[in-house]
Order: sequence, then C-alpha cells, then structure tokens
Amino acid sequence: MTLKTPLGRVLGLGAAGGVQHWWLQRVGAVALAPLGAWFAIALLSLPDLRYATVHAWLAEPVHAVLMLLLAPVAMHHSWIGVTIVLEDYVHGMPAKRTALLVAQLLHLLLGVAAVFAILKVSLGSAA
Amino acid sequence: MPTGASRRRQATEDAEQMATRSRPLSPHLQIYRPTHTMVLSVLHRATGLVLALGLLLFAAWLLALAAGPLAYTQLTRLLASPPGRLLLVGFLFAYCYHFTSGIRHLVFDTGRGLERRAARHSAWLVVVVSLALAALSLWAMLRVGGSP
Repeated sequence: MTLKTPLGRVLGLGAAGGVQHWWLQRVGAVALAPLGAWFAIALLSLPDLRYATVHAWLAEPVHAVLMLLLAPVAMHHSWIGVTIVLEDYVHGMPAKRTALLVAQLLHLLLGVAAVFAILKVSLGSAA
Repeated sequence: MPTGASRRRQATEDAEQMATRSRPLSPHLQIYRPTHTMVLSVLHRATGLVLALGLLLFAAWLLALAAGPLAYTQLTRLLASPPGRLLLVGFLFAYCYHFTSGIRHLVFDTGRGLERRAARHSAWLVVVVSLALAALSLWAMLRVGGSP
C-alpha cells in the first residue's frame, strides 16, 4: 500500500527513487574506482600526450574495451550525483524539472559522444 | 455556525498569514561551527560537481582524438595555456580528493567507521592520501605533458 497521491507518484515526488539512486550510485562507484585508477595511471604513464601516441594507445582493443566501460559508468555516476544535488538545491517545480532534464540529456549526449569517439578510433585503425 | 464559504475564506486567510508571518527556522548550515569532517563531506559533493564538468572535457578530448590530428592539437594547445593548465590541475586535485573520499564513503556504507573517533581519523587519512595522490599525479602530469 502506498500513501502517495497518484499525481505525486507520476511526477516521481517523495523518496521513492531514493534507495535506487543510492544503490546505483554505489554500484557505479565500485566499478569506477578501479577503472578510473587504471585510466589515470595508463594515461599518465604514456611517454607523451601527442596525437599519434594517444591514438595508438586507444586503438589497442583492451584499452578501448576498458574505455568503453569507463565512459558510460562515469557518465551514469555523474548523472546521478548531479541529479541528487539538483534535487537538493534547485527549488520550484518548473526550474527543478528543467534542470533535471537538461542534466540527464547532457549526460546522455556526452556518453554517446564518448562511446562513438572510442569506437571510431579503435575500429578505424583496425583496418 | 459559520457557513461553508466563510469557513473556506477563513482557511485561506489563515494560510496566507502562516506563509507571511516570520517564524523561527530550524538552524541553517552557516549556524554550525564547521568541523573538518563536515567540510570534507561538503568537499566531496563540490569536487563531484567539478568532475561532472570535467566529463565535458573528457568527451571533448575523445571526440578530438576521433576527429583527427588537427582538432586534437588545437585542444591540447588550449589545455597547455596557463588557464588550461590551471583547469587541469584543478580537475586533478578534485579527482584525487573525490576518489579517496569516495572510498571512505563506501566503507561508511558498509556500516563501518562511523564512530566519531574513527570518522575523524579517516577524515585526516583522506586529506593526507588525496594530497599525496595529487602530488604524485601532478608530477606524472608534468612529466608526460611537458612537451605537448
């Protein structure tokens, strides 16, 4: 049984999404810790950051696969984090809803862009 | 006996009065004396937001890499400028802090380390470890990015 009004349920008001957000944020964090550490160490141990060096590095299948994991997980973690902050500090329904929508679409855009770029670099140089 | 209409009018007036009357508020954040555990917690959120902006650069960097040498060189030249370097160092510190502090929060989530003493100790540990990580990666970044 729920004490929420039908309108409140449709608008996603109240604490209903809280547990799910909390859990997804942790799953993302646990995955991000090793992936993020690997990315930072791998990037910073390259001989330099010139185009040819970085391009060849990303073209390696193992690197591309790990980057394909890292980019969406990072976007997802960031999206939930930004959502929680917006829910806390943006007041007034039209403003809050707009901010949440913009944050979601921007993260989706950045995620797709990152995945596309990784695929283009790795698949483009396989031929 | 008041009629339905007058009772409704009375209720509206009461509601307006309640909205405008100055009432005692619960204490706000700025009332409390900041403690280092509290500052650290706020910093975790703040660095998280900074890193969300950092993802813009992350995606731009990957897109430039996919677009070709010209776009990539333009981006790295921009990042090698003094404001660009400042931005990168800022992201680097935010990353090291959020990473270390995030692990502390994951330990908290298992129900461990929440006692006051333990939480204060781990707070200092986070400061020391994240600064050490930042120093180490700053050194690595200067080494690898010295010749852009």
